[in-house]
Amino acid sequence: MAETTMAEMTGASDQPLLVAEGLTKSYGRLAACRDVSFVLYPGEVLAIVGESGSGKSTLLQMLSAQLAPSGGRVSYRMRDGELRDLAQLGEAERRFLFRTDWGYVHQDPAQGLRMAVSAGANVGERLMAVGWNNYGRIRQTASSWLERVEIDTARIDDAPRTYSGGMRQRLQIARNLVTEPRLVFMDEPTGGLDVSVQARLLDLMRSLVNELGLAAIVVTHDLAVARLLSHRVMVMKEGRVIETGLTDQVLDDPREPYTQLLVSSILPP
Amino acid sequence: MNAPTYNFAYLDEQTKRMIRRAILKAIAIPGYQVPFASREMPMPYGWGTGGVQVTAAILGPQDVLKVIDQGSDDTTNAISIRKFFAKTAGVETTTSTDAATVIQTRHRIPEAPLRAGQVLVYQVPIPEPLRFLEPRETETRRMHALAEYGLMHVKLYEDIARFGHIATSYAYPVKVNARYVMDPSPTPKFDNPKMDNCPALQLFGAGREKRIYAIPPYTSVVSLDFEDHPFTRYKFDAPCALCGAEDSYLDEIVTDDKGSRMFVCSDTDYCEGRQAAGHRGVESAAPHKEAVHG
Repeated sequence: MAETTMAEMTGASDQPLLVAEGLTKSYGRLAACRDVSFVLYPGEVLAIVGESGSGKSTLLQMLSAQLAPSGGRVSYRMRDGELRDLAQLGEAERRFLFRTDWGYVHQDPAQGLRMAVSAGANVGERLMAVGWNNYGRIRQTASSWLERVEIDTARIDDAPRTYSGGMRQRLQIARNLVTEPRLVFMDEPTGGLDVSVQARLLDLMRSLVNELGLAAIVVTHDLAVARLLSHRVMVMKEGRVIETGLTDQVLDDPREPYTQLLVSSILPP
Repeated sequence: MNAPTYNFAYLDEQTKRMIRRAILKAIAIPGYQVPFASREMPMPYGWGTGGVQVTAAILGPQDVLKVIDQGSDDTTNAISIRKFFAKTAGVETTTSTDAATVIQTRHRIPEAPLRAGQVLVYQVPIPEPLRFLEPRETETRRMHALAEYGLMHVKLYEDIARFGHIATSYAYPVKVNARYVMDPSPTPKFDNPKMDNCPALQLFGAGREKRIYAIPPYTSVVSLDFEDHPFTRYKFDAPCALCGAEDSYLDEIVTDDKGSRMFVCSDTDYCEGRQAAGHRGVESAAPHKEAVHG
């Protein structure tokens, strides 16, 4: 199976990190997401692609426990090795998970950042939330993370509203990674950025994911993002997963007519 | 003295019972903000409508009331509230911290140590310490419920990053009974240590925001800080110009348009007590002298 192969390739453990079973979300008669199942292993990057309205974002929200599914369930392997159903977690546990073991990169950095407080405090917030109480150490960690995401450390005391779009997105990534999460959700991380900035951001994300052995679920409509970042691709249409497999395999040799259409609609380089 | 048209202490008995229930709950959960059905009072919001309602609910005929505003017994706000209760409740009023059983305050805690049996009632404008960082009430309530207080340190971090030290000098956040983070109302942080393990009961009333909270006697109150930037009291580096006190919180008073100024105790009762006991500062006689015009 593709899953096990991937896990072996990335050298990660053979126990799944996240398991989705029959996830369904309906709004009245409208089914936004139907019967989605998959398994994600540690260190694996999964891209969910599809056009607008295909249910990608709904799926991401269910996976990250922000939206209760109408059917099915999501289980996550906690740091103690136990696989737990997210719906069974208490609110405190869920919020703690969200602040420590998970990251969530929003398409619009304004949603993921505190625009009015300095970059240093933005990165440090998660550390302070888990009880760090030494200003010097918080600041040092924040500044080393700014360096890692290629933001000039001289701007550590500037608020993100003075930053450019690309910098904001990089800051958002630093803010999420500072607690060394094991799983990062990304919702259109390169949306709204110009092409050269996108390329730099993708480069950065790719090296961080490799370096830290992160697992990631990336929602995107941009197949180039999927190709660069992900090991595996899931193609969605009208709330269903219509094709799934290794990224190169799906993008180079798409089986479904819809996937063929998606792939062929990219302008050749 | 008691005007016949008013119930004792202005509010009707049912309202007082409602407020007392909120106060009891607040005492049972130190630092937790209890919602209550705040009433319209015959004064504008911001003048102490919350404090007045708490005072009205706890006042008995035997109580002796003191009201201070920025430590002073003789400002408009303090005098009006004192007169209000003298008229509607007929209780004895005083300016002496020691003689009072109920002290309503805005912005200060008296310098003289409080004793068991006294009640200190604070007027609170904004009870939510997280408000300026998290505007959503639903979210701040959840954060209190789950004791997620990382955000409070973000504020202190910002202070240090911007000014090199924790520049918050009033409404300095405290943790009560090792659980709830609380806004001690806009008292100067100089007064924060007085809240810790205080023998008197401390009640906080926010009229516009409809919240009551409390610190029961002998409860731990810790000011938030960082290991490497510990909490410090703030005070002008001068003795009081009238009584020479070096341990009190001082007001800066501008005395002319050429930059002259003097520092005097903000707690007028404390200052007068010291002067009566023979303590003198550098300008003791000056403020009583009539200016000669011509």
